[in-house]
Amino acid sequence: MMISAQAYGGNGKVKEYHYTGPVEHKFSPYAFNGGTVLAVAGEDFALVASDTRLSEGYSIHSRDSPKCYKLTDTTVIGCSGFHGDCLTLTKIIEARLKMYKHSNNKSMTSGAIAAMLSTILYGRRFFPYYVYNIIGGLDEEGRGAVYSFDPVGSYQRDTYKAGGSASAMLQPLLDNQIGFKNMENVEQLPLSQEKAVQLVKDVFISAAERDVYTGDALKICIITKEGVREEIVPLRKD
Amino acid sequence: MALQDVCGLHNPPLFPQWTAPLSRSFMPEDSTHLSGGGIHGEAFSTRLPGRGGLSPLEFYMPIAEYLTESPINFGQTSLSSALTKLLEIDHLYPSLPSISLPPPTPCPISPSVPLPFTLSHGTTTLGFAFQGGVIAAADTRSSCSGLVACPASPKVLPIHSHLVGTTSGTSADCALWKRILSRELRLYQLRHRRRLSTGGAAKLLSHMLHPFKGTELCVAATLCGWDGDEEKHEQPFTEKHANTPTNQMTASDSSGQSAAIVRSRSRICGPRVIYVCSDGLRLQGELFSVGSGSPYAYSILDSSVYWGMSVQEATAVAREAVYRATYRDAYSGNNVDLYHVTAKGWRRRERENLKEEYYREKERERKRRVIAY
Repeated sequence: MMISAQAYGGNGKVKEYHYTGPVEHKFSPYAFNGGTVLAVAGEDFALVASDTRLSEGYSIHSRDSPKCYKLTDTTVIGCSGFHGDCLTLTKIIEARLKMYKHSNNKSMTSGAIAAMLSTILYGRRFFPYYVYNIIGGLDEEGRGAVYSFDPVGSYQRDTYKAGGSASAMLQPLLDNQIGFKNMENVEQLPLSQEKAVQLVKDVFISAAERDVYTGDALKICIITKEGVREEIVPLRKD
Repeated sequence: MALQDVCGLHNPPLFPQWTAPLSRSFMPEDSTHLSGGGIHGEAFSTRLPGRGGLSPLEFYMPIAEYLTESPINFGQTSLSSALTKLLEIDHLYPSLPSISLPPPTPCPISPSVPLPFTLSHGTTTLGFAFQGGVIAAADTRSSCSGLVACPASPKVLPIHSHLVGTTSGTSADCALWKRILSRELRLYQLRHRRRLSTGGAAKLLSHMLHPFKGTELCVAATLCGWDGDEEKHEQPFTEKHANTPTNQMTASDSSGQSAAIVRSRSRICGPRVIYVCSDGLRLQGELFSVGSGSPYAYSILDSSVYWGMSVQEATAVAREAVYRATYRDAYSGNNVDLYHVTAKGWRRRERENLKEEYYREKERERKRRVIAY
């Protein structure tokens, strides 16, 4: 339901509890459905994790709506923002993947999917998809790759990235724990898969504590050369 | 000609046979467009054969239904020719419902869809030419109204072997339009067997951005390149062209003959810096700085840049200018990217983290205080 966008303020979060001033009611084609997505790239693996809560305003629509979508055996995309646009976007990406597979007789690589998504998003520069995407997968050499996007298609390859409602809380924590930023005299060990999974679980538990749009359950997709494995971890339901 | 193709200045033939099958099979998102999109999608895809089977970036413009079509073909959309084409198509495809066409209206000036999010902005970029080539430098902070969306975003993007562009404005716009520009320059190079000059590339970019004047597209790029004269050797393969400019430059230094050739073609070789803005401005100059941190960078550059400086001096000045800008401007920061373009092509200096520089500066300041007392 996308009514009364004005009352919801800039990014969909409700402005004030006892707002008494004039409100302009206008139809907005966007809604904010919450959710957080996170992706981490390791030496030979990649993780894409998302919570499974679908909310709008003060309500929770669903507790079981994960935001990771498997695209190929080596790529998973996490989309958060407006759920309607997430669904359409993933539908379009899957169709384009099939077209590519049929005309080129091979699956798209992670880098190619990222570049394609950039042009798909930019094609809607003047009526954007309200989706924050993060692609996680393995590149052609088998190393982990994470590509993070903004809603209009600007992207780059990262080692880790958090997107969605709790991204501002999670990103600094990842900078510190994975990027070793602002730490002096620290031994920078490469991230193992077990440590990464544990870190992601801890990070989401923290996010669920402080962000109202994140919670219910956590779904982690672990991408290795064997394929994509899923893990589900419960989170706070309040 | 590539420029004409891009700008749509000549009317392409409607159905050349060799491209007809290709034109149908792209952009399934046509079907997801709002009312009238399907028809326009059809009309648009049949128009494509004239472009030689390319699949350009199709923009979906959220405009009122009465506006007939919105094929944005990277350049001038001559709406009158587009309309006549639609009318012709109606005759050939009687199954399509006939659309009553009002007189052509320009693209919408203001965005009709209010965005619930902000796009990335804020930067410091600079480019200047000197005797040893062109230096292009930029910070790497990509901010999104208060949040640093990315601390390590590349703002100097190589376009081809002898041209780099600095980007300022919305990062998605800059990244995509640079990609489009690289593609068009590569096509030009393949069709005409020589690289397009920096001035030509700037003109091409400016003309491609012109239809979006008045929309919220925001691109402010400084194209920094080295123009070489390759006509003398007339070699068909572009890989060899990368070598000929060097030979040309040394030859023209020593003999007057190649200089005469250069003069007779009235093309100037050497470093070039041109600023292109999405509101239509296109300026050639020797020194430009763009972005929220540019006033701070200008103060360093204006005092230190001169034509005869050495490469080390130029690198140091560029780095210092970006550092000072990041020092004072909140929206610039993190690292410095530096590219040096010469006749041999561009060379990228290692990305330097400015955090260290702050500590070094503090150390220097501390030492100065100690000496003073």
